[in-house]
Amino acid sequence: MLRLIARRLVLGLLVAFTVMTLAFLLTRLSGDLAVSIAGPSATQADVEIVRKAYGLDRPLYVQFFAWTGRAIVGDFGQSYFFKDSVANLIQKRLPITLTLGLVGLSLALIISLPLGILAAVRENTWVDRSVTMFTMVGQAIPSFWLALILMIVLGLQLGILPISGTGTWQHFVMPGIVLAFTAIPALTRLTRSGMIEAMASDYIRTARAKGLSRARIIFKHALRNAAIPVVSIAAVQLGFMLGGSIVIETVFALHGVGYLGWESIAKNDFPVVQAVVLVLAVFYIGLTLLADILNALLDPRLRTG
Amino acid sequence: MSALLEIEELQVGFGGRTAAVRGASFRVEKGETHCLVGESGCGKSVTALAVMSLLARGGQRSAKRMSFAGTDLLSLSDREMARLRGNRMAMIFQEPMTSLNPAFTIGSQMTEVLTRHKGGTRAAALDRAAELMGRVGITAPGMRLGQFPHQLSGGLRQRVMIAMALMCDPELLIADEPTTALDVTVQAQILRLLATLKRELGLSILLITHDLGIVARVADHVSVMYAGEVVERAPTAELFRAPQHPYTRGLLSCVPVPGRVQRDKPLGSIPGVVPAIGPGFAGCAFRSRCSHADETCAHEIPRRQAGEAHDYLCRLAPQSAEPQPA
Amino acid sequence: MSEPIAILPPQTLRVGTAGFAIGIAIVAVIAAAAVVGNSLVPYDPFTQDLGNRLKPPFWMEGSEAGHLLGTDQLGRDYLARLVYGARISLLIGIMTVITSGLIGITLGILGGFFGGRVDDFVLFAITTRLSIPVVLVALAVVGLMGSGLGLVVATLGLLLWDRFAVVARATTMQVRNHDYVSAAWCAGASMPHLLIKEILPNIASHLAVVATLEMALAILLEAALSFLGLGVPPPLPSWGLMIAEGKDYMFFSPWVIMIPGVALFVLVLGINLVGDGLRNLLGSERLR
Repeated sequence: MLRLIARRLVLGLLVAFTVMTLAFLLTRLSGDLAVSIAGPSATQADVEIVRKAYGLDRPLYVQFFAWTGRAIVGDFGQSYFFKDSVANLIQKRLPITLTLGLVGLSLALIISLPLGILAAVRENTWVDRSVTMFTMVGQAIPSFWLALILMIVLGLQLGILPISGTGTWQHFVMPGIVLAFTAIPALTRLTRSGMIEAMASDYIRTARAKGLSRARIIFKHALRNAAIPVVSIAAVQLGFMLGGSIVIETVFALHGVGYLGWESIAKNDFPVVQAVVLVLAVFYIGLTLLADILNALLDPRLRTG
Repeated sequence: MSALLEIEELQVGFGGRTAAVRGASFRVEKGETHCLVGESGCGKSVTALAVMSLLARGGQRSAKRMSFAGTDLLSLSDREMARLRGNRMAMIFQEPMTSLNPAFTIGSQMTEVLTRHKGGTRAAALDRAAELMGRVGITAPGMRLGQFPHQLSGGLRQRVMIAMALMCDPELLIADEPTTALDVTVQAQILRLLATLKRELGLSILLITHDLGIVARVADHVSVMYAGEVVERAPTAELFRAPQHPYTRGLLSCVPVPGRVQRDKPLGSIPGVVPAIGPGFAGCAFRSRCSHADETCAHEIPRRQAGEAHDYLCRLAPQSAEPQPA
Repeated sequence: MSEPIAILPPQTLRVGTAGFAIGIAIVAVIAAAAVVGNSLVPYDPFTQDLGNRLKPPFWMEGSEAGHLLGTDQLGRDYLARLVYGARISLLIGIMTVITSGLIGITLGILGGFFGGRVDDFVLFAITTRLSIPVVLVALAVVGLMGSGLGLVVATLGLLLWDRFAVVARATTMQVRNHDYVSAAWCAGASMPHLLIKEILPNIASHLAVVATLEMALAILLEAALSFLGLGVPPPLPSWGLMIAEGKDYMFFSPWVIMIPGVALFVLVLGINLVGDGLRNLLGSERLR
């Protein structure tokens, strides 16, 4: 198992390095960065000063290695717009995005697991079909639109939740619900199909032959096996949710990493864009690694094999 | 002897379209090994699952009578049935590789039967599990209890299944092709184990198999199933000596039994396959493959008596013994 | 285990069939609206009429005859814009699927067929792609290079090929070992012939399911990008952009975001229902 983890770790590092390269190249797509930074009213001389100041006059590969060299030790350079170090900015914004992600994932699991189990044990009944319909609807709702609807209903009409901002825990409820909805369809379907597969298995027939109670059969014997893929996918989903939180943070003006990314794109603040892409990718890589470890821990065949 | 399990006119259907079991009747006496024998697809496993009330979703059973130690199984609720299963009647299956839950230790899976039905502490249950594992011939039970199913071989897993089935000291053990998936040497060990357990614990065994060799070795009574019906019932010795139903005879001719089959003659075979039985089927299901069939076989077939505990479902009159091969 | 002896029950209507039919109907109606809609609606989607701003749709009080779905904050006819928006959504969806399909299917078939180093590379590419935050990178590309329909399609196409690759790879691996593939190989078929004529048709049905999923995803992502102001440039009426423009008025005139939002929801639901129906027809739970 340690070997498996070591291999995944090496793969993860390679992927991280590739993403780093891509993130660097991404920000050079716009052509001359110095022109964009200097702004539309700048003279040729201003542009040259900017170019020198930010080291953009050096060859591309020198810039790349200079950036990666510092990025590895957590130094992402200075933001042009926020006049602060990028590392500081991200450090300040990250807790908000992580809170949002965890709230979203918890809500998603609280809703998906019971729904998936219910649909599986009532397979092919109206209950099952309603759950499937619910996942179809959830998959089709645009998250930013759901966010606006919630703002109108919960924020304006019922007035029970704040519409935007970061101040209190209530500020995380609506964004959390919206973010949860991005993961609920997949997690529900996975729980359902895993439970259906487990319930049809020989070991469930054995459990029934042993005269165990229905609750014990469903929640101990079947769920334990169906949960293995769900837990690892949940970790991966959290990675997607952190990446996808940019839309939701922007709608709710939640000052997390996603919102930071959006602001810096709008301001052509390329060191921040690079860093945010990289940080989100590293989180995703870390979470897939975590998923592999969880998988191995939960499945005795991998743990002791 | 009195009957422990009595089944009369058991019918099992799936979704109203398929008739898996069509009026099967048999009795398992106390302390005997009763074999249910037939080709795959004849409904013998479904019969066993129907007795245990373990039919897959969509399976419906009905019967004139279905009693276990005087209890009417048909009138039991799901909850009452669950109280019986694993407790007074236990079952083991054909697939030892997949019949144990891969996520839990052997110990946890064995103890939960006992604590569920008899209560008591987990430690006591573990002791009982270790004792039974020794009894079914598993060495180092202490270590095995902490292991997971994937760490055990197929033969060991089947022994674990048997030990688990014995946890509550059941009166009836239903074994559905318990040795089919195992190596021949392991098969013999498991069969010997079942015979010993029967003798020592006074257990009744309903053994389901397609293998007449197994029947000859372990059974006291045999019920031959064909296309969802019990076509012949007899004490084992008598069935082998004087089979009456053409299907039974056909089956026996396919098996090399020393003394009954001549060395230079080819083994027999039954032409054709088991027919599809839909609703509204009448008459003898074997007639399409039977060399004695005539038009009367399409009508109701009487159950004929060929001996005290020997009857069969055919229009042909009983014959004293199997005609010796020429 | 004995199987019950009997003829299989006659093939009954599957549960998913109704959903499949509804999905096809939804997509067909929206596609028809996208193609001919603007010649039927009496208004132009771009003509402003500042005297007629934010008129509500026909079922509400104060609606203006002729503007069935009302007008937006610049007095443009909402129905005309909605129908034009369907064109944009479908165009983006289809073009993205073609682009991403080409990339993903090529990679997947190569990895699945050749295995070894090639497959290692393909797997690495898929892993890398999955770790890239799609929305952020798409926003960054559009933000840094300037908005435009073509750029949005190219960006999404370059980002959404992962599922195509995963499924093409897995199914190719299954098909590769079939006898007809070996037979064609032994008969001297060239490698491109083998991949395109023998493998591709046999995995096409699975890829069709992926195509519906990706099309729905592309449409949602375009809407999100346009909503954030970094997708389709105004005054083109992308549904996402319509929602963004209506956002400032949503508390007083909620229908300005309801109408394009519902349209988007219904289209994506329709496409997903078609995909689900296809999946049921194929009996393939694995793609869920």
